[in-house]
Amino acid sequence: MGIEIKMPALSPTMEEGTLAKWLVKEGDEVKSGDILAEIETDKATMEFEAVDEGKIGQIMIAEGTEGVKVGTVIATMAGEGGDAVAAPTAAPAAAAPKTDEAPKKAESGTSKLASEAKATVADPALPEGTEYVKTTVREALRDAMAEEMRKDERVFVMGEEVAEYQGAYKVTQGLLDEFGAKRVIDTPITEYGFAGIGAGAAMGGLRPVIEFMTFNFAMQAIDHIINSAAKTNYMSGGQMRCPIVFRGPNGAASRVGAQHSQNYGPWYAAVPGLIVIAPYDAADAKGLLKAAIRSTDPVVFLENELLYGRSFDVPKVDDYVLPIGKARIMRPGKDVTLVSYSIGVGLALDAAETLAAEGIDAEVIDLRTLRPLDTATVLESLKKTNRLVVVEEGWPTCSIASEIAAVVMEKGFDDLDAPVLRVTNEDVPLPYAANLEKAALIDAARVVEAAKKVCYK
Amino acid sequence: MAKPTTPRAASAKAKAAAPAAAGADHNRPRPETPTDYKASKEELLEFYRQMVLIRRFEEKAGQLYGLGFIGGFCHLYIGQEAVAVGIQSALKPGKDSVITGYRDHGHMLAYGIDPKVIMAELTGREAGISRGKGGSMHMFSVEHKFFGGHGIVGAQVSLGAGLGFAHKYNNDGGVCVAYFGDGAANQGQVYESFNMAELWKLPIIFVIENNQYAMGTSVNRASSEDQLYRRGESFRIPGIQVDGMDVLAVRGATEEALKWVQEGNGPILLEMKTYRYRGHSMSDPAKYRSREEVQAMRDKSDPIEGVKKYLIEAGVSEDEIKVIDQDIRKVVAEAADFAETSPEPELAELYTDVLVEQY
Repeated sequence: MGIEIKMPALSPTMEEGTLAKWLVKEGDEVKSGDILAEIETDKATMEFEAVDEGKIGQIMIAEGTEGVKVGTVIATMAGEGGDAVAAPTAAPAAAAPKTDEAPKKAESGTSKLASEAKATVADPALPEGTEYVKTTVREALRDAMAEEMRKDERVFVMGEEVAEYQGAYKVTQGLLDEFGAKRVIDTPITEYGFAGIGAGAAMGGLRPVIEFMTFNFAMQAIDHIINSAAKTNYMSGGQMRCPIVFRGPNGAASRVGAQHSQNYGPWYAAVPGLIVIAPYDAADAKGLLKAAIRSTDPVVFLENELLYGRSFDVPKVDDYVLPIGKARIMRPGKDVTLVSYSIGVGLALDAAETLAAEGIDAEVIDLRTLRPLDTATVLESLKKTNRLVVVEEGWPTCSIASEIAAVVMEKGFDDLDAPVLRVTNEDVPLPYAANLEKAALIDAARVVEAAKKVCYK
Repeated sequence: MAKPTTPRAASAKAKAAAPAAAGADHNRPRPETPTDYKASKEELLEFYRQMVLIRRFEEKAGQLYGLGFIGGFCHLYIGQEAVAVGIQSALKPGKDSVITGYRDHGHMLAYGIDPKVIMAELTGREAGISRGKGGSMHMFSVEHKFFGGHGIVGAQVSLGAGLGFAHKYNNDGGVCVAYFGDGAANQGQVYESFNMAELWKLPIIFVIENNQYAMGTSVNRASSEDQLYRRGESFRIPGIQVDGMDVLAVRGATEEALKWVQEGNGPILLEMKTYRYRGHSMSDPAKYRSREEVQAMRDKSDPIEGVKKYLIEAGVSEDEIKVIDQDIRKVVAEAADFAETSPEPELAELYTDVLVEQY
């Protein structure tokens, strides 16, 4: 009896991959541990090994096939004794091996965070007829670093696995080849130490880009981000600078539990002396990271792992740099303002579509920069809509949402026809179980509900 | 105790190295055993002048603190003068970089930075070197490549490794000196920095100013390995213990350390055995040590008395020394007058320098 070999999920966020190469052919006898194929995910190329003995029956998916969904049958195998229950698993085992149960994959909370939504308004600063290129957020970030490194010898990238491994999330892919080991530097696992080395190098005149594998690990280094980088210019009376970018993924990833799932936007946005940027789409990722690297001030640049693989249009212009501290109207509307940033923007856009079908015309604002906060754009929109909902993939207490609510109370009170509502994650550490994770995270439905509430509909 | 002279420290090192020699590191190159620096009469006079300046400046700062002119934390360098003066005299300002913790007045004075702007920073005045916005613990002179002045214990060690990284990246021939205390020597990031500094052969001299007490905790109550010069060994960073009360021993060891680092061997660790006469900060009742201990150190090992002896041996008269003393008193009195009378920062300064750029 045949065994179906299915496309494995080789990372927590993998939904599909490329079957790069078959290392076996039909009729081959394989033993447990033999490598069957090489599978390329959005992060890395992984070897896929057999767990049981048997003979390869039919190869269903040819090598070189892209976009093979997790759980797709890629080959069949005749098991020893005819009916052995066997399934291939991924190597290394640590990379969340997926057995033949893929179709039963639980719907996690993060899968509903990911939206394909695009802005309905083009960047007005670009001339008409500008060509756009489909680019993933991951590539856009890499392109931004590469362009700035070409322009400025002082720029270098340092972090865990940024060089030879090509980036834990492949964001720094190709940089080592182009710029060499002097400028693309692998560190030991030592966040506090290399954040300090980066800050010191910035004080010494260089332009470091420090990658944290995720911002969860930056808590080990937060002293240097705040006490060393953010306060230096002020404490020295403007004498000593610290032009550094701390960047990496932030916020909930998929099913990685409480210690690897937190949005630090509000933490860093609370600190004078820092610039805090949290882009949504690929064009902003590129334009704002370039601006961050050029800034003379220390910048915390918060990316989102779930967005890395999403493609967006990026304008094909020579030097695409966006202004820091300017929010963007992603979708104009007149009935209610939805304010968000990072991954929340996609949900707000999705919600706006749903609301439109119900006759509510929502305006969606992407804050893009969390410090300094572009409150003028928010207040201007409120003047028009008189209703406001903040959408934030993060905890509610002392959040960006709280801050927006306070600003609106202080400066836009007369424009309010309803209380400001916050749509945020639940006020709990992020749970692992798929159903609980789903319940803890924001989704478009909750945004729709809140928007209707402030519209009294 | 700050007893070992340089040659004795070297013998201690030889003994310490013996067990390690049994391992695979037997043939690892080591820096030469340093010898006392042979200072000219002019150099000795300058060492004396700088050390007396630091002592009188700090005494005056203590007085101004008592009068309410200086607030917050104020950590005096009295007793440790030979360390900053011995090391700084070996460096090239503007080429080599320096970073230290919050006990930073002495290092700045050893650069020849105007005592007026330092004292005015202590009193929080507009004319202060950080425009009154930094205070005692946060002073910088980028012009001299003096990078502070840092209030978080141990942070300057990682930052210093970053300065060393920049020297190497720019290939500018400079060396960073990162000073820290025996207390900071127990911070984890120090060892993260040791690891990367040696791994990447960064041009940096780590200087532990071991003044025997981390606030109120003596070294042997806080350190499982209290011979702090050995703290780099597991990272393959050689360490030398130095009599930090003898400016010529300090300078001699610095010369050797500079040679080691400049030859591309990577970092080196100097443990300066020294002593602070005053409390940790201004409000320290000093219950953790006896008056007799402090007095014995002043009587037997005072670094300024030590230089005075060298001067007299070099044929300098008591009268010449007195002229320096009087001159310094005048300089310090003027600095204090300036710091007391110059205006506080304009209120608008509250909002400046938060960010460099406008967004």
